[in-house]
Amino acid sequence: MNASSTAGTALLEARGLCLARGGRLLLDDVCLQVRPGRTLGVLGANGAGKSLLLRVLHGLIAADSGDILQSGARVSGARTRTGGTQSMVFQRPVMLRRSVRANLRFALRARGLRGRDRERAIDEALTLCRLHAQADQPARSLSGGEQQRLAIARALVPRPTLLFLDEPTASLDPAATAAVEALIEEARARHVTPVLVTHDVHQARRLADDVIFLCGGRIVDRGRAAQVLDRPRSAAFGDWLAGRLPTDPPRSSERSISRSTC
Amino acid sequence: MTRRPFLALALGACCLGTLSILGSTRASADDTFIVVQSTTSTQNSGLYDHLLPRFTDASGIEVRVVAVGTGQAIKNAANGDGDVLLVHAKSAEEDFVAAGDGVERFDLMYNDFVIVGPDDDPAGIAGGVDAVAALAAIAEAQAPFASRGDDSGTHKAELALWADTGVDVAAASGGWYRETGSGMGATLNVATGSGAYAMTDRATWASFGNKGDHRVLVEGDAALFNQYGVTLVDPERHAGVKARAGQAFVDWLLSEAGQSAIAEFRIDGQRLFFPNAN
Amino acid sequence: MTAFATAFALIASGDADLLEIVLLSLRVSLTAVVLACLVGMPLGAAVGALRFPGRTLLSILLNAAMGLPPVTIGLLVYLLVSASGPLGPLALLYTPTAMIIAQFLLVTPIVAALTRDVAAALHDEYHEEFDSLGLPPGARIVALLVDGRFRLLTVALAGFGRAIAEVGAVLIVGGNINHVTRVMTTTIALETSRGNLELALALGIVLLLISLGINVAVMATGRRGGAMAGTPA
Repeated sequence: MNASSTAGTALLEARGLCLARGGRLLLDDVCLQVRPGRTLGVLGANGAGKSLLLRVLHGLIAADSGDILQSGARVSGARTRTGGTQSMVFQRPVMLRRSVRANLRFALRARGLRGRDRERAIDEALTLCRLHAQADQPARSLSGGEQQRLAIARALVPRPTLLFLDEPTASLDPAATAAVEALIEEARARHVTPVLVTHDVHQARRLADDVIFLCGGRIVDRGRAAQVLDRPRSAAFGDWLAGRLPTDPPRSSERSISRSTC
Repeated sequence: MTRRPFLALALGACCLGTLSILGSTRASADDTFIVVQSTTSTQNSGLYDHLLPRFTDASGIEVRVVAVGTGQAIKNAANGDGDVLLVHAKSAEEDFVAAGDGVERFDLMYNDFVIVGPDDDPAGIAGGVDAVAALAAIAEAQAPFASRGDDSGTHKAELALWADTGVDVAAASGGWYRETGSGMGATLNVATGSGAYAMTDRATWASFGNKGDHRVLVEGDAALFNQYGVTLVDPERHAGVKARAGQAFVDWLLSEAGQSAIAEFRIDGQRLFFPNAN
Repeated sequence: MTAFATAFALIASGDADLLEIVLLSLRVSLTAVVLACLVGMPLGAAVGALRFPGRTLLSILLNAAMGLPPVTIGLLVYLLVSASGPLGPLALLYTPTAMIIAQFLLVTPIVAALTRDVAAALHDEYHEEFDSLGLPPGARIVALLVDGRFRLLTVALAGFGRAIAEVGAVLIVGGNINHVTRVMTTTIALETSRGNLELALALGIVLLLISLGINVAVMATGRRGGAMAGTPA
């Protein structure tokens, strides 16, 4: 896979991202591409740097070095993606102490929607997450699953091109998880490309088209989900998939795998 | 929907705020009132409650009295924060005029100081008519004495008497001699609360509500004579002074009408102030 | 205990002088608190939630300013509004306006410092979402203040408590002039200095009751909307 020939079609590309804190290297020479219409699953053990990577890609945190390109154009600085082409959903849904409707109004207003457009967008979001009946209830009184559906609907309505999701179903029961996953699929139908951090292999199987595996801040394995989830190329990924505890940092042979695909 | 109570509160509070600011600035800046810098002892005696309505009826001018310690009253007037100065510290008042802050000082009235003390009278001064001797006895007995210690007219008069006894009260401060640094009322509270002697003007004592078992023990000495003066703040030095209205007040006080009003003032049948304008 | 009887007798009699004094106290302190909130809450939220040069210093100054003695503030305001001072021509001395100014200066640091703490806690919760939305600083402050409205009610009450109870500042800049600038606390001081201790105590009880009443009324208003804070399901 030659990076230069496919650079024009990548929605988002990261090159050589590095981030160190307190002397520890948290992200180590991370390179990846997000292709339009192909859900990217970001997997790894706890502390591997998945959530951190997501935040760097979305611009919430600035990397120490490396580049991020959006549709081929380099973006710089910690937070320059206010154009509304990206949205993010967090592990715990962030709702203001207001009604469901007021929360939607707030977020859409922040995205620049006004007047009737905004009211229409609110209705669309309520329909999407099927929370019309609870529109005037305090948002924080909804169940975890309902709040997360609301958060995703809220994130989708401004028509972003990328949707970042940081373990969105980690604290939800199976039924709620299924509802959230249905919304993520709905996102794809609306030409939104999800970048999904998950620790759930089965979820990755269900939702991801491409997968990367992080270990100690490095990408040690990657590929099409259908292939690499069944046949991991690195020992670390194999261990993790099998549910074995992580042992040592990736061996040098695995480093060569990640470098060749940058 | 829950914003409504907040909005109501906030709106109500803002209206209140605006109204109050408008209300107060409207009332100022005309000649219908003057500010008199005076002392707490004069105020607490109740003299102004008796006197001022008569002046207002006669002239239509409202008098606002700021009652503070003598030193503060003179300083305020020297800053131009009053139209008339009415205190009882003759030499300080004369300095005030000499410095150009006052137009002219006039004798207005006098009252007298008395020495009060506990019923059991440890220094044995009851019934005396010699103030200096009484103070000397108190010092001798090291009986507790509460002084104002605030540079007021009363305090200066008290210190003058101590000077005549030859006792160094500064050295005794903190022991039997207690300086409260406060007004007359606060000092009397300390005196009655700790069984101490004190020197006070008769008017304040007459209207004081916390006498406990204290009573007047020494009075009538000429040395206890307390002269009040009235001075118009100089409008040439302080541009904001209401000269016309202030002068009207000074004139009235010194006139037949004012002087007899002062003489009429009584508490429990007792005459407290003696007019002596020339 | 007779002070309680005196207090209730005073209230029941509808004494005109008492009413005048109470209304003036409320007018001065409520106005000061409202103004202090208008200035102090956005300021506190900014210090709590935003990053800007001098933020730490400002935060320290706010903490220190909470402990300013009222009598010192009174003196400073007096020097400003005195006839010989820079604001002399405005003729503010010995008016309720000067008292409002003094109490405003006293209360604003408290309101700002407490709002800062409320805003900082909320900002911890929300800042990633705000970053993701690209929310500008002004909008963040508004969102935090609205979201923290119940806690901020308590902050306002704390400010009000400080204002209605102080005597040093209003005594110096107001002059305790009868029917003009005499408020509850200065009346209590006056009656104490006159030795009328029972009356002073009774007035103190009246002041406490009024303060209690206001607290109850405000918290009841807040309680009705309290559900918005929600409980996690």
